[in-house]
Amino acid sequence: MTFYRSFTSKRVLPGFGISLGSSLFFISLVILLPITGLIVQTAELSWAQYWAIISDPRVVATYKVTLSAALVASVFNLFFGLLMAWILTRYRFPGRILLDGLMDLPFALPTAVAGLTLAAVFSTQGWFGQYLALWDIKVSYTWLGIVLAMIFTSVPFVVRSVQPVLEEFGPEYEEASATLGASPWQTFFRIILPEIKPALLTGTALSFTRSLGEFGAVIFIAGNLPWQTEVTSLMIFVRLQEFDYAGASAIASVVLLASLILLFIINGIQQRYQHITGGVK
Amino acid sequence: MSISIEQVNKRFGDFVAVDNVNLNINTGELTALLGPSGSGKTTLLRIIAGLEQADSGRIQFNNEDITGQHVSERGVGFVFQHYALFKHMTVFENVAYGLTVKPKKFRPNKAEITKKVNKLLQLVQLDWTADRYPAQLSGGQRQRIALARALAVEPKVLLLDEPFGALDAKVRAELRRWLRRLHDEIHVTSVFVTHDQEEALEVADRIVVMNKGAIEQDGTPEQVYDHPANPFVYEFLGNVNLFHARVKQGQTTIGNVQLASPEHTNGDEQDGFAYVRPHEIEVFKAPVSDGLKVKLDLVTIVGPVARLEVLTDTEQQLIHIELPKEQFKQLALAQGDIAWIQPRYSKVFLGEGI
Repeated sequence: MTFYRSFTSKRVLPGFGISLGSSLFFISLVILLPITGLIVQTAELSWAQYWAIISDPRVVATYKVTLSAALVASVFNLFFGLLMAWILTRYRFPGRILLDGLMDLPFALPTAVAGLTLAAVFSTQGWFGQYLALWDIKVSYTWLGIVLAMIFTSVPFVVRSVQPVLEEFGPEYEEASATLGASPWQTFFRIILPEIKPALLTGTALSFTRSLGEFGAVIFIAGNLPWQTEVTSLMIFVRLQEFDYAGASAIASVVLLASLILLFIINGIQQRYQHITGGVK
Repeated sequence: MSISIEQVNKRFGDFVAVDNVNLNINTGELTALLGPSGSGKTTLLRIIAGLEQADSGRIQFNNEDITGQHVSERGVGFVFQHYALFKHMTVFENVAYGLTVKPKKFRPNKAEITKKVNKLLQLVQLDWTADRYPAQLSGGQRQRIALARALAVEPKVLLLDEPFGALDAKVRAELRRWLRRLHDEIHVTSVFVTHDQEEALEVADRIVVMNKGAIEQDGTPEQVYDHPANPFVYEFLGNVNLFHARVKQGQTTIGNVQLASPEHTNGDEQDGFAYVRPHEIEVFKAPVSDGLKVKLDLVTIVGPVARLEVLTDTEQQLIHIELPKEQFKQLALAQGDIAWIQPRYSKVFLGEGI
């Protein structure tokens, strides 16, 4: 009783009960219910069947394509997103606000549109693709195209994670480092990077997680050749079209598990750093 | 290490932050740059440090021109108002930072660094915090760590930007006495910026009063307090009352009060402004022949001090008076009573006041 009271009656804003209740209800509706459905669907299978589906060589090939492409895309975004966040916070130049707004475009744009556009631009006849073709580099309908689509759709995660941290991280830390005799590189690696590391890792991990599940943008540029450029989320779609709901669920459960593990790791990273810096300036 | 500042100018757009400043700071001195916000004191300090580049002019350390040198090569210790301790490092790592970023051939080995950091932590009386993170320390402790960090690289000059500005009153008073004693111990040439006149008067060997990017006065605390060069300095260093006065042959007349002002010996009568500090006014209950008749408008007792606001009989001018509480009790005056006041000392400036 006393525990309950301490959570409810002494607050400035009342309504703890109803706000927590309604949030839990919606979480159940949009997250827990579908997950339960997934598990129920999967549960129709025996362990042997389940294993057979998720270790099917064609499916395993999609894991490799998806994981490798997502890894390369998120590592690229780590650097590119950091650079973008740095430029947006540390410099004042004409068009900065426009650029800042454009950073959210991948979130706003339907991913299928992004995929189609990228595929067109990077095809061997496209604006960029024709020049890349001279170097014998093919992007559209290859593994590179998948990477490109993943980069495009997930870069805002890194930028938007790092940007506020950089903004709050005042120039006096860099100045303090410089007065103590540190070179600009030392200041970057020993002062700035540790400070933004949690946000950077979080952003990169989110970018990776997002890339694992990316469907719309990828299928239009990937070419979807079995064994070569099929991603896991496409496999789920294929199984659904074959009305093999249990199979689709089994593969989906693998993606879900991978994403969940990653998300918990991200949370762990954040909490560890908050513990050290205490959230106090 | 002496510092010489020659004809330094700095503008931010249309705003003149530092206006042709010349200043010499002697070796081992603790100098305060004192002024209201926007007076250019912090900008000047940052120019000395190399964190800001002057538009024109020269900075020399020990007669060596360092105007073009990068901040990291100047060998200055800089202490920030908000400490700027590295949050992800322990106190020990913070203090050791300046030593660990040295180029390999100048870098002391691990044992030497440990020894030096521990010595510095003892100097700032915080050796027991070595393994803590800055977030676990109080504001005053953080600022002492920031000072130890700055001292670790054995700076030629120590620069402090409103070092006590973010602390509460009690800690601030403690820390500035502590800084004074520390400076007596280590004698590094130091410059600190403050807008708090009391802090400057208490801590500094020398005070440089700045206003609108220029230096108004430069002298020992006694000099600037007792002999302010101009009305601005007088007003800035503590509360002050302004009286309209007539000056003739070394005599100042305020109403029917006569005061000596030997610095104005001109035979002709001139208009002037007499500045009188609140504690330099005597209060009488009975009429005195050469006093001003006033009405006691407001009395506040702040600890041991009685602060009075009185209105003059003739001009309805508000005058602030401070006297010891005991003395006020003996006068047995109450709010609304009539009393007589007599300035004991005044500083007279001819012409317009500010």
